Amino acid sequence: MTAGDFSSLVGSARVKRGLADMLRGGVIMDVVNPEQARIAEDAGAVAVMALERVPSDIRRDGGVARMSDPEMIKAIQETVTIPVMAKARIGHFAEAQILQSLDVDYIDESEVLTPADEVNHIDKWPFTVPFVCGATNLGEALRRISEGACMIRSKGEAGTGNVVEAVRHLRTIFSQLRRLQTADQEELYALAKDLQAPLALVFEVAATGTLPVPLFCAGGISTPADASLVLQLGAEAVFVGSGIFKSEDPERMARAIVEATTHFRDPAIVAKVSTGLGAAMKGAETSTLDQRLAERGW
Amino acid sequence: MPVVGVLALQGDVREHCAALEKIGVEVREVRVPAALEGVDGLIFPGGESTAIAHLLNTSGLREGLASSIGDGLPVFGTCAGLILLSSKILDGRDDQWSFSALDVTVRRNGYGRQIASFETVVDINDLGEFPGVFIRAPKIESIGQTVSVLATHDHGDGEHPVLVRQANLWGCSFHPELTIDTRLHEAFVASL
Repeated sequence: MTAGDFSSLVGSARVKRGLADMLRGGVIMDVVNPEQARIAEDAGAVAVMALERVPSDIRRDGGVARMSDPEMIKAIQETVTIPVMAKARIGHFAEAQILQSLDVDYIDESEVLTPADEVNHIDKWPFTVPFVCGATNLGEALRRISEGACMIRSKGEAGTGNVVEAVRHLRTIFSQLRRLQTADQEELYALAKDLQAPLALVFEVAATGTLPVPLFCAGGISTPADASLVLQLGAEAVFVGSGIFKSEDPERMARAIVEATTHFRDPAIVAKVSTGLGAAMKGAETSTLDQRLAERGW
Repeated sequence: MPVVGVLALQGDVREHCAALEKIGVEVREVRVPAALEGVDGLIFPGGESTAIAHLLNTSGLREGLASSIGDGLPVFGTCAGLILLSSKILDGRDDQWSFSALDVTVRRNGYGRQIASFETVVDINDLGEFPGVFIRAPKIESIGQTVSVLATHDHGDGEHPVLVRQANLWGCSFHPELTIDTRLHEAFVASL
């Protein structure tokens, strides 16, 4: 490449991971139609996730949950100027190909949809569009990164409005990262085996103390305080699914979670935005769930 | 030693802070108006311009920043930061505002959506070749007479400015902070 030429490189790890860097400190909101997408953008969302049903409805309705209708994704792309993400089923590379052809900005290979492959995830390296994948622990995160994921989100338990699983997954990931940093070189081989993670990535994160891609948090965030909690635990941005549009006043809840995400270390601001918000989504106790979405993915 | 603030409402704040720390300046993250006190220069990072614009309003930073910029506070805007400084925005939201300080017209996502994001090499006046990382980048469509063009890039539709300067205000379409090259941060700091 020489300066001034048209020559340029698309789909590099740097530009794919780079978009995730741009979303840090922000809120990515699940939306099911252009009206909700507009509300999300108005409230200061950094991106929207276009899907047909929010996780709590998927949970309620049952059946097979698939990629959204392209028409709906296009309508949302035409409505907002911020990045538009969409979900593909785990292992369903054909859905991912379709989403890339629709020019979505990020693909979420998501356990919220019904998995299409119970062994293999999508080989994400050949795609120009970047992928985000969920993880419940460090080994899972590193396996997804080795397959080409450019952003990891802790899974939590989507559609519950209960932050407990998100906290569990973040704490697990950071605790395992700290363990690697204190390990002897000789111990890293056995730790890689325990984590079921590629050795090269284990060595890399042991040296840097951080994932090579941004770590966001998803699954169960439904109040400004939840956002502040997971950011203080180390998440770099939040995905909010059912938590906004299943609350009493979605517009205010969306704005409040955005502000709490920016000012997560300032309890006075989080208190201010939490005041008089109306009811958050009802939520569910995770021990009563029939289906744990976080267990999907391998 | 100058104190350089990084607007830390949203975006790749960490990379800018790391670049500034590497070149040995005192760095301050700016989220509230009080943090602007005593800052010699400010960086508007990459991120989502609509989200940052929204948070500038809710944080109460907008008014104070507008007057500081008017009084000559040096600001370097990268990508979304360039959009926030610009005098005119194309393809933005209907109600999208900016500080209208840097006399350029920018087109949001002018180089395309994410799958069109690219890396190239840009040739910067006085600095030479520099890694250019363009992510859903704004395209500078036109500039005012007082704006100097420090680098251009031809993406198949003719040369467009990608790095500009107008007195104390600097803006670029790409992300120097996503590379290990700190020369642009050094040049900005040297100008303070």
